[in-house]
Amino acid sequence: MEIKKTSLNKLHQSNNAKFVEFAGYEMPIQYSKGIIEEHKFTRSHSGIFDVSHMGQLFIYGDESLTEELEKIFPLDLKNLKLNCSKYSFLMNQDAGIYDDLIITKIEQGYLIILNAACKDKDFEILSNLLGSKFKMNLDNHRSLIAIQGPKSVEILNSIINGVDQLNFMTGNWFDSDNQKLFVTRSGYTGEDGFEISISNDKAEKFVENLIERGAQLIGLGARDTLRLEAGLCLYGHELDINKTPVEANLRWAISKSRLLNGGFIGSKKIMNQMQDGANQIRVGIKPEGRLIAREKTKIFDDTDTQIGEITSGTFGPSVNGPIAMGYVNKDFSKIDTKILLEVRGKKHPANVCALPFYKKNYVKGVN
Amino acid sequence: MSEVKFSKEHEWITLEGDVATIGITKHATEMLGDIVFAELPEKGSNVEKDGTAGVVESTKAASDVYTPVSGEVVDTNQAIVDDPSKINEDPEGSAWFFKLKMKDQSEMDSLMNKEEYDKFAKESAS
Repeated sequence: MEIKKTSLNKLHQSNNAKFVEFAGYEMPIQYSKGIIEEHKFTRSHSGIFDVSHMGQLFIYGDESLTEELEKIFPLDLKNLKLNCSKYSFLMNQDAGIYDDLIITKIEQGYLIILNAACKDKDFEILSNLLGSKFKMNLDNHRSLIAIQGPKSVEILNSIINGVDQLNFMTGNWFDSDNQKLFVTRSGYTGEDGFEISISNDKAEKFVENLIERGAQLIGLGARDTLRLEAGLCLYGHELDINKTPVEANLRWAISKSRLLNGGFIGSKKIMNQMQDGANQIRVGIKPEGRLIAREKTKIFDDTDTQIGEITSGTFGPSVNGPIAMGYVNKDFSKIDTKILLEVRGKKHPANVCALPFYKKNYVKGVN
Repeated sequence: MSEVKFSKEHEWITLEGDVATIGITKHATEMLGDIVFAELPEKGSNVEKDGTAGVVESTKAASDVYTPVSGEVVDTNQAIVDDPSKINEDPEGSAWFFKLKMKDQSEMDSLMNKEEYDKFAKESAS
Protein backbone atom coordinates (compact mmCIF):
# COMPACT_ATOMS: atom_id res chain seq x y z
CA MET A 1 0.00 0.00 0.00
CA GLU A 2 1.29 3.43 -0.87
CA ILE A 3 2.35 5.57 2.04
CA LYS A 4 -0.01 8.46 2.74
CA LYS A 5 1.13 12.04 3.17
CA THR A 6 -0.47 14.93 5.02
CA SER A 7 -0.96 18.33 3.44
CA LEU A 8 2.08 19.59 5.38
CA ASN A 9 4.47 16.99 3.94
CA LYS A 10 6.35 19.51 1.75
CA LEU A 11 6.66 21.91 4.66
CA HIS A 12 8.12 19.11 6.80
CA GLN A 13 10.63 18.36 4.05
CA SER A 14 11.72 21.96 3.71
CA ASN A 15 12.20 22.03 7.49
CA ASN A 16 14.61 19.06 7.30
CA ALA A 17 12.27 16.55 8.90
CA LYS A 18 13.42 12.99 9.45
CA PHE A 19 10.46 10.86 8.46
CA VAL A 20 9.06 7.61 9.79
CA GLU A 21 6.06 5.61 8.75
CA PHE A 22 3.34 5.93 11.34
CA ALA A 23 -0.10 4.34 10.86
CA GLY A 24 0.42 4.31 7.11
CA TYR A 25 1.50 7.95 6.93
CA GLU A 26 4.89 9.48 6.30
CA MET A 27 5.27 11.59 9.44
CA PRO A 28 8.12 13.69 10.85
CA ILE A 29 9.78 12.01 13.85
CA GLN A 30 12.00 15.05 14.38
CA TYR A 31 13.48 18.08 12.65
CA SER A 32 17.10 19.25 12.64
CA LYS A 33 17.19 20.39 16.28
CA GLY A 34 16.35 16.98 17.67
CA ILE A 35 13.84 15.57 20.12
CA ILE A 36 15.18 17.09 23.34
CA GLU A 37 15.34 20.66 22.02
CA GLU A 38 11.95 20.31 20.36
CA HIS A 39 10.51 19.01 23.62
CA LYS A 40 11.97 21.87 25.65
CA PHE A 41 10.89 24.46 23.09
CA THR A 42 7.31 23.25 23.42
CA ARG A 43 7.45 23.53 27.21
CA SER A 44 8.96 27.04 27.13
CA HIS A 45 7.55 28.56 23.92
CA SER A 46 5.20 27.06 21.36
CA GLY A 47 5.38 23.88 19.30
CA ILE A 48 3.37 23.06 16.16
CA PHE A 49 2.37 19.43 15.62
CA ASP A 50 0.97 18.01 12.41
CA VAL A 51 -1.66 15.57 13.64
CA SER A 52 -3.52 15.46 10.34
CA HIS A 53 -3.15 11.69 10.25
CA MET A 54 -5.72 11.50 13.04
CA GLY A 55 -9.33 10.93 12.11
CA GLN A 56 -11.87 13.75 12.16
CA LEU A 57 -15.24 12.06 12.23
CA PHE A 58 -18.26 14.31 11.94
CA ILE A 59 -21.59 12.69 12.79
CA TYR A 60 -24.80 14.62 12.24
CA GLY A 61 -28.28 13.77 13.37
CA ASP A 62 -31.31 14.71 15.44
CA GLU A 63 -31.91 14.15 19.17
CA SER A 64 -31.83 10.39 18.70
CA LEU A 65 -28.12 10.59 17.79
CA THR A 66 -27.27 11.52 21.38
CA GLU A 67 -29.29 8.55 22.63
CA GLU A 68 -27.60 6.19 20.19
CA LEU A 69 -24.13 7.45 21.11
CA GLU A 70 -24.92 7.00 24.81
CA LYS A 71 -25.48 3.31 24.05
CA ILE A 72 -21.86 3.23 22.85
CA PHE A 73 -19.83 5.66 24.98
CA PRO A 74 -19.64 5.86 28.82
CA LEU A 75 -20.56 9.55 28.69
CA ASP A 76 -23.42 11.73 29.84
CA LEU A 77 -23.89 13.22 26.39
CA LYS A 78 -27.38 14.56 27.16
CA ASN A 79 -25.77 17.02 29.51
CA LEU A 80 -22.77 17.80 27.32
CA LYS A 81 -23.02 21.45 26.34
CA LEU A 82 -22.51 22.73 22.82
CA ASN A 83 -18.78 23.05 21.94
CA CYS A 84 -17.66 21.08 24.99
CA SER A 85 -15.31 18.09 24.66
CA LYS A 86 -14.87 14.84 26.57
CA TYR A 87 -12.17 12.19 26.50
CA SER A 88 -13.65 8.72 26.00
CA PHE A 89 -13.24 5.24 24.51
CA LEU A 90 -14.74 2.99 21.92
CA MET A 91 -14.95 -0.40 23.63
CA ASN A 92 -16.06 -3.96 22.96
CA GLN A 93 -18.52 -5.90 25.19
CA ASP A 94 -15.67 -6.85 27.54
CA ALA A 95 -14.66 -3.19 27.87
CA GLY A 96 -11.52 -3.83 25.82
CA ILE A 97 -10.49 -0.60 24.15
CA TYR A 98 -10.72 -0.27 20.35
CA ASP A 99 -9.61 3.35 20.53
CA ASP A 100 -9.40 6.35 22.81
CA LEU A 101 -10.87 9.55 21.44
CA ILE A 102 -12.11 13.08 22.04
CA ILE A 103 -15.77 13.77 21.37
CA THR A 104 -17.07 17.33 21.01
CA LYS A 105 -20.71 18.41 20.82
CA ILE A 106 -21.13 20.58 17.74
CA GLU A 107 -24.25 22.03 16.16
CA GLN A 108 -26.44 19.21 14.83
CA GLY A 109 -24.02 16.54 15.92
CA TYR A 110 -20.63 15.52 17.21
CA LEU A 111 -17.00 15.71 16.13
CA ILE A 112 -14.91 12.73 17.21
CA ILE A 113 -11.12 12.79 16.95
CA LEU A 114 -9.75 9.27 16.43
CA ASN A 115 -6.27 7.75 16.42
CA ALA A 116 -4.72 7.40 12.96
CA ALA A 117 -4.09 3.67 13.24
CA CYS A 118 -7.64 3.00 14.44
CA LYS A 119 -9.78 5.44 12.47
CA ASP A 120 -10.87 3.21 9.60
CA LYS A 121 -11.83 0.37 11.90
CA ASP A 122 -13.57 2.80 14.27
CA PHE A 123 -15.58 4.13 11.35
CA GLU A 124 -16.63 0.62 10.42
CA ILE A 125 -17.59 -0.25 14.02
CA LEU A 126 -19.55 2.96 14.49
CA SER A 127 -21.26 2.62 11.11
CA ASN A 128 -22.42 -0.87 12.06
CA LEU A 129 -23.65 0.32 15.45
CA LEU A 130 -25.40 3.46 14.23
CA GLY A 131 -26.82 2.11 10.98
CA SER A 132 -27.63 4.45 8.14
CA LYS A 133 -29.79 6.83 10.11
CA PHE A 134 -27.08 9.45 10.63
CA LYS A 135 -24.70 11.26 8.32
CA MET A 136 -21.13 10.17 9.08
CA ASN A 137 -18.12 11.79 7.49
CA LEU A 138 -14.55 10.74 8.23
CA ASP A 139 -13.31 13.97 6.74
CA ASN A 140 -10.01 13.65 4.88
CA HIS A 141 -10.32 17.10 3.36
CA ARG A 142 -9.36 18.66 6.65
CA SER A 143 -5.96 18.79 8.33
CA LEU A 144 -5.47 18.88 12.08
CA ILE A 145 -2.80 21.10 13.58
CA ALA A 146 -1.93 21.27 17.27
CA ILE A 147 -0.14 24.23 18.78
CA GLN A 148 1.10 23.61 22.31
CA GLY A 149 3.06 25.48 24.96
CA PRO A 150 2.82 28.70 26.97
CA LYS A 151 3.21 31.14 24.04
CA SER A 152 0.61 29.36 21.91
CA VAL A 153 -2.37 31.38 23.10
CA GLU A 154 -0.72 34.68 22.19
CA ILE A 155 0.52 33.41 18.82
CA LEU A 156 -2.76 31.79 17.77
CA ASN A 157 -4.88 34.66 19.01
CA SER A 158 -2.90 37.07 16.82
CA ILE A 159 -4.12 35.07 13.81
CA ILE A 160 -7.55 33.94 15.02
CA ASN A 161 -8.88 36.61 17.32
CA GLY A 162 -10.95 35.21 20.19
CA VAL A 163 -9.35 31.82 20.74
CA ASP A 164 -7.93 33.16 24.01
CA GLN A 165 -11.50 33.13 25.35
CA LEU A 166 -11.86 29.36 24.97
CA ASN A 167 -11.79 27.31 28.16
CA PHE A 168 -9.89 24.02 28.40
CA MET A 169 -11.74 21.19 26.61
CA THR A 170 -14.06 23.52 24.72
CA GLY A 171 -14.04 24.62 21.10
CA ASN A 172 -15.77 26.77 18.52
CA TRP A 173 -15.87 27.71 14.86
CA PHE A 174 -13.81 30.73 13.90
CA ASP A 175 -13.49 32.65 10.64
CA SER A 176 -9.99 33.17 9.32
CA ASP A 177 -8.68 33.72 5.81
CA ASN A 178 -12.17 33.27 4.33
CA GLN A 179 -12.80 29.90 5.81
CA LYS A 180 -14.23 28.23 8.88
CA LEU A 181 -11.79 26.69 11.32
CA PHE A 182 -12.82 24.55 14.25
CA VAL A 183 -10.53 25.33 17.18
CA THR A 184 -10.49 23.50 20.51
CA ARG A 185 -8.42 24.32 23.57
CA SER A 186 -6.84 20.95 24.06
CA GLY A 187 -3.81 18.87 23.31
CA TYR A 188 -1.70 15.97 24.41
CA THR A 189 1.48 17.46 25.82
CA GLY A 190 0.54 18.64 29.31
CA GLU A 191 0.75 22.23 28.07
CA ASP A 192 -1.88 24.83 27.36
CA GLY A 193 -2.68 24.76 23.68
CA PHE A 194 -5.10 24.36 20.81
CA GLU A 195 -6.03 21.98 18.04
CA ILE A 196 -7.16 23.50 14.77
CA SER A 197 -9.19 21.71 12.13
CA ILE A 198 -8.51 23.42 8.81
CA SER A 199 -9.10 22.56 5.16
CA ASN A 200 -6.11 20.86 3.52
CA ASP A 201 -5.49 23.60 0.96
CA LYS A 202 -5.10 26.25 3.68
CA ALA A 203 -3.05 24.22 6.15
CA GLU A 204 0.44 24.94 4.85
CA LYS A 205 -0.03 28.70 4.70
CA PHE A 206 -1.58 28.67 8.16
CA VAL A 207 1.37 26.79 9.67
CA GLU A 208 3.86 29.08 7.90
CA ASN A 209 2.05 31.98 9.54
CA LEU A 210 2.42 30.32 12.96
CA ILE A 211 6.14 29.80 12.31
CA GLU A 212 6.58 33.46 11.34
CA ARG A 213 5.09 34.38 14.68
CA GLY A 214 7.63 32.33 16.62
CA ALA A 215 6.20 28.83 16.89
CA GLN A 216 8.28 25.87 15.65
CA LEU A 217 7.47 22.54 14.06
CA ILE A 218 7.82 19.60 16.47
CA GLY A 219 8.02 15.93 15.46
CA LEU A 220 6.34 12.81 16.77
CA GLY A 221 9.45 11.97 18.83
CA ALA A 222 8.99 14.96 21.10
CA ARG A 223 5.23 14.49 21.03
CA ASP A 224 5.86 11.10 22.63
CA THR A 225 8.24 12.38 25.35
CA LEU A 226 5.84 15.27 26.08
CA ARG A 227 2.78 13.05 26.46
CA LEU A 228 4.67 10.52 28.55
CA GLU A 229 5.89 13.22 30.95
CA ALA A 230 2.27 14.36 31.15
CA GLY A 231 1.24 10.79 32.07
CA LEU A 232 -1.04 10.45 29.03
CA CYS A 233 -1.83 7.12 27.40
CA LEU A 234 -0.91 6.26 23.83
CA TYR A 235 -3.08 3.79 21.98
CA GLY A 236 -1.18 0.62 21.06
CA HIS A 237 1.01 1.05 24.13
CA GLU A 238 -0.93 1.80 27.33
CA LEU A 239 -4.26 1.03 25.68
CA ASP A 240 -5.39 -1.87 23.51
CA ILE A 241 -8.20 -4.36 23.03
CA ASN A 242 -7.01 -6.43 26.03
CA LYS A 243 -7.16 -3.54 28.49
CA THR A 244 -10.11 -1.75 30.04
CA PRO A 245 -10.42 1.91 31.07
CA VAL A 246 -10.50 0.85 34.73
CA GLU A 247 -7.26 -1.10 34.33
CA ALA A 248 -5.80 1.90 32.51
CA ASN A 249 -6.60 4.01 35.57
CA LEU A 250 -8.92 6.21 33.52
CA ARG A 251 -11.97 5.94 35.78
CA TRP A 252 -12.23 9.73 35.76
CA ALA A 253 -13.21 9.62 32.08
CA ILE A 254 -16.31 7.52 32.78
CA SER A 255 -19.35 9.66 33.62
CA LYS A 256 -20.58 8.92 37.14
CA SER A 257 -24.21 9.17 36.12
CA ARG A 258 -23.70 6.39 33.55
CA LEU A 259 -22.38 3.99 36.17
CA LEU A 260 -25.72 3.81 37.94
CA ASN A 261 -27.64 2.20 35.09
CA GLY A 262 -24.94 1.24 32.60
CA GLY A 263 -26.37 0.69 29.14
CA PHE A 264 -23.21 1.46 27.19
CA ILE A 265 -21.02 -1.10 25.47
CA GLY A 266 -18.79 -2.77 28.04
CA SER A 267 -20.75 -1.34 30.98
CA LYS A 268 -21.10 -4.65 32.80
CA LYS A 269 -17.37 -5.24 32.94
CA ILE A 270 -16.68 -1.60 33.81
CA MET A 271 -19.21 -1.62 36.66
CA ASN A 272 -17.79 -4.87 38.04
CA GLN A 273 -14.25 -3.59 37.89
CA MET A 274 -15.22 -0.26 39.44
CA GLN A 275 -16.63 -2.20 42.37
CA ASP A 276 -14.11 -5.00 42.79
CA GLY A 277 -11.05 -3.30 41.36
CA ALA A 278 -8.99 -4.56 38.46
CA ASN A 279 -6.23 -7.16 38.76
CA GLN A 280 -3.74 -5.11 36.79
CA ILE A 281 -3.46 -1.37 36.81
CA ARG A 282 -1.55 1.29 34.90
CA VAL A 283 1.02 3.14 37.00
CA GLY A 284 3.88 5.61 36.62
CA ILE A 285 7.34 4.11 37.05
CA LYS A 286 10.58 5.88 37.80
CA PRO A 287 13.75 3.83 37.33
CA GLU A 288 16.54 4.67 39.77
CA GLY A 289 19.60 6.23 38.17
CA ARG A 290 19.67 6.92 34.44
CA LEU A 291 18.58 3.53 33.12
CA ILE A 292 15.85 3.61 30.50
CA ALA A 293 13.31 0.79 30.56
CA ARG A 294 11.53 0.54 27.22
CA GLU A 295 8.20 -0.92 26.21
CA LYS A 296 7.90 -4.70 26.98
CA THR A 297 10.44 -4.53 29.83
CA LYS A 298 9.37 -7.11 32.40
CA ILE A 299 8.61 -5.95 35.93
CA PHE A 300 9.44 -8.18 38.94
CA ASP A 301 8.98 -8.12 42.70
CA ASP A 302 11.86 -8.97 45.04
CA THR A 303 10.98 -12.68 44.98
CA ASP A 304 11.67 -12.92 41.23
CA THR A 305 7.99 -13.16 40.34
CA GLN A 306 6.90 -11.21 37.30
CA ILE A 307 4.27 -8.67 38.32
CA GLY A 308 3.88 -6.60 35.17
CA GLU A 309 5.28 -5.02 32.04
CA ILE A 310 6.33 -1.56 30.84
CA THR A 311 4.15 -0.08 28.08
CA SER A 312 6.14 3.11 27.37
CA GLY A 313 9.54 4.18 28.61
CA THR A 314 11.91 6.93 27.62
CA PHE A 315 14.05 9.79 28.86
CA GLY A 316 11.98 12.75 30.01
CA PRO A 317 13.79 15.92 28.92
CA SER A 318 11.94 18.23 31.36
CA VAL A 319 12.14 15.71 34.20
CA ASN A 320 15.80 15.19 33.20
CA GLY A 321 15.67 11.48 33.87
CA PRO A 322 14.15 8.20 32.79
CA ILE A 323 10.37 7.77 33.04
CA ALA A 324 7.97 4.96 32.19
CA MET A 325 4.41 3.75 32.45
CA GLY A 326 3.29 0.18 32.68
CA TYR A 327 0.84 -2.28 34.13
CA VAL A 328 1.44 -4.00 37.46
CA ASN A 329 -0.50 -6.44 39.60
CA LYS A 330 -2.82 -4.36 41.82
CA ASP A 331 -0.89 -5.34 44.98
CA PHE A 332 2.08 -3.41 43.62
CA SER A 333 0.26 -0.33 42.37
CA LYS A 334 0.70 1.90 45.43
CA ILE A 335 2.96 4.92 45.06
CA ASP A 336 6.53 4.29 46.30
CA THR A 337 6.29 0.51 45.89
CA LYS A 338 9.74 -0.86 45.06
CA ILE A 339 9.87 -2.92 41.89
CA LEU A 340 12.58 -4.39 39.65
CA LEU A 341 12.93 -3.88 35.91
CA GLU A 342 14.72 -6.46 33.78
CA VAL A 343 16.85 -4.68 31.20
CA ARG A 344 19.45 -6.57 29.14
CA GLY A 345 19.31 -9.55 31.49
CA LYS A 346 19.86 -7.60 34.71
CA LYS A 347 17.30 -6.43 37.26
CA HIS A 348 17.36 -2.77 38.15
CA PRO A 349 15.48 -1.00 40.99
CA ALA A 350 12.59 1.34 40.25
CA ASN A 351 9.67 2.89 42.10
CA VAL A 352 5.96 3.13 41.35
CA CYS A 353 5.22 6.85 41.27
CA ALA A 354 2.41 9.34 40.88
CA LEU A 355 1.42 10.63 37.42
CA PRO A 356 2.02 12.98 35.75
CA PHE A 357 5.80 13.18 35.88
CA TYR A 358 5.56 16.79 34.80
CA LYS A 359 2.71 19.05 35.80
CA LYS A 360 1.68 22.41 34.57
CA ASN A 361 -1.78 23.81 34.98
CA TYR A 362 -4.07 23.86 32.00
CA VAL A 363 -6.09 27.01 31.51
CA LYS A 364 -9.46 26.22 33.06
CA GLY A 365 -11.46 29.42 33.09
CA VAL A 366 -10.43 32.62 31.39
CA ASN A 367 -13.67 34.53 31.80
CA MET B 1 49.29 8.16 18.42
CA SER B 2 48.24 6.04 15.45
CA GLU B 3 46.01 7.08 12.62
CA VAL B 4 42.28 6.96 13.55
CA LYS B 5 40.62 3.81 12.24
CA PHE B 6 36.92 3.06 11.87
CA SER B 7 34.64 0.01 12.03
CA LYS B 8 31.49 -0.84 10.07
CA GLU B 9 29.58 -0.58 13.36
CA HIS B 10 30.53 3.12 13.48
CA GLU B 11 33.20 2.98 16.17
CA TRP B 12 36.48 4.90 15.95
CA ILE B 13 39.73 3.64 17.43
CA THR B 14 43.20 5.07 18.04
CA LEU B 15 46.23 3.21 19.33
CA GLU B 16 48.91 4.50 21.68
CA GLY B 17 51.49 1.84 22.54
CA ASP B 18 49.31 -1.23 23.09
CA VAL B 19 46.35 0.74 24.49
CA ALA B 20 43.46 1.45 22.15
CA THR B 21 40.91 4.22 22.77
CA ILE B 22 37.45 3.55 21.35
CA GLY B 23 34.36 5.69 20.86
CA ILE B 24 31.46 6.09 18.46
CA THR B 25 31.61 8.28 15.36
CA LYS B 26 29.95 11.63 14.76
CA HIS B 27 27.98 9.95 11.99
CA ALA B 28 26.67 7.40 14.53
CA THR B 29 25.55 10.14 16.93
CA GLU B 30 23.77 11.92 14.11
CA MET B 31 21.88 8.75 13.29
CA LEU B 32 21.06 8.06 16.94
CA GLY B 33 19.89 11.56 17.85
CA ASP B 34 20.06 12.86 21.43
CA ILE B 35 21.91 10.32 23.56
CA VAL B 36 20.49 10.05 27.07
CA PHE B 37 22.10 6.90 28.48
CA ALA B 38 25.45 5.16 28.19
CA GLU B 39 26.59 1.86 29.67
CA LEU B 40 30.25 0.89 29.47
CA PRO B 41 32.11 -2.41 29.96
CA GLU B 42 33.58 -3.13 33.38
CA LYS B 43 37.18 -2.26 34.01
CA GLY B 44 39.26 -5.43 34.06
CA SER B 45 36.85 -7.36 31.84
CA ASN B 46 37.91 -8.86 28.54
CA VAL B 47 36.05 -8.03 25.34
CA GLU B 48 36.26 -9.80 22.01
CA LYS B 49 36.51 -8.18 18.57
CA ASP B 50 33.02 -7.43 17.18
CA GLY B 51 31.41 -8.33 20.52
CA THR B 52 29.16 -5.96 22.46
CA ALA B 53 30.98 -3.67 24.86
CA GLY B 54 28.33 -1.23 25.95
CA VAL B 55 25.01 0.37 25.16
CA VAL B 56 23.89 3.83 24.16
CA GLU B 57 20.30 4.96 24.25
CA SER B 58 18.77 7.91 22.48
CA THR B 59 15.33 9.29 23.20
CA LYS B 60 14.15 6.84 20.54
CA ALA B 61 15.92 3.52 21.06
CA ALA B 62 18.75 1.49 22.57
CA SER B 63 21.78 0.50 20.48
CA ASP B 64 24.66 -1.82 21.29
CA VAL B 65 28.20 -0.51 21.17
CA TYR B 66 30.66 -3.02 19.70
CA THR B 67 34.38 -3.21 20.11
CA PRO B 68 36.33 -3.31 16.85
CA VAL B 69 39.26 -5.12 18.53
CA SER B 70 39.86 -7.59 21.42
CA GLY B 71 41.49 -6.77 24.71
CA GLU B 72 41.25 -6.04 28.41
CA VAL B 73 39.30 -2.97 29.47
CA VAL B 74 41.80 -0.75 31.31
CA ASP B 75 39.77 2.46 31.55
CA THR B 76 36.24 3.74 30.97
CA ASN B 77 34.94 7.30 30.58
CA GLN B 78 32.67 7.95 33.58
CA ALA B 79 32.02 11.51 32.35
CA ILE B 80 29.79 10.23 29.51
CA VAL B 81 27.86 7.97 31.90
CA ASP B 82 27.18 10.94 34.19
CA ASP B 83 26.27 13.24 31.30
CA PRO B 84 25.49 11.29 28.10
CA SER B 85 24.79 14.52 26.15
CA LYS B 86 28.60 14.91 26.00
CA ILE B 87 28.58 12.11 23.41
CA ASN B 88 26.57 14.27 21.00
CA GLU B 89 28.79 17.27 21.71
CA ASP B 90 32.23 15.74 21.14
CA PRO B 91 31.90 12.12 19.99
CA GLU B 92 35.31 11.79 18.39
CA GLY B 93 37.19 13.65 21.14
CA SER B 94 36.52 13.97 24.87
CA ALA B 95 33.54 11.56 24.74
CA TRP B 96 35.59 8.39 24.20
CA PHE B 97 33.99 5.24 25.65
CA PHE B 98 36.71 2.86 26.86
CA LYS B 99 40.38 1.98 26.58
CA LEU B 100 41.61 -1.53 25.85
CA LYS B 101 44.96 -3.21 26.30
CA MET B 102 45.17 -4.95 22.93
CA LYS B 103 46.26 -8.54 22.55
CA ASP B 104 46.72 -8.63 18.80
CA GLN B 105 47.47 -5.35 17.09
CA SER B 106 47.00 -6.89 13.65
CA GLU B 107 43.25 -6.62 14.34
CA MET B 108 43.67 -2.94 13.42
CA ASP B 109 44.60 -3.86 9.84
CA SER B 110 41.13 -4.80 8.69
CA LEU B 111 39.58 -1.51 9.86
CA MET B 112 38.84 1.44 7.60
CA ASN B 113 40.77 4.69 7.39
CA LYS B 114 38.93 8.02 7.49
CA GLU B 115 38.45 8.30 3.76
CA GLU B 116 37.09 4.75 3.50
CA TYR B 117 34.81 5.23 6.48
CA ASP B 118 33.36 8.52 5.23
CA LYS B 119 32.52 6.79 1.96
CA PHE B 120 31.04 3.81 3.83
CA ALA B 121 28.97 6.05 6.14
CA LYS B 122 27.65 8.07 3.23
CA GLU B 123 26.62 4.92 1.35
CA SER B 124 25.07 3.19 4.36
CA ALA B 125 23.06 6.31 5.22
CA SER B 126 21.44 6.61 1.79
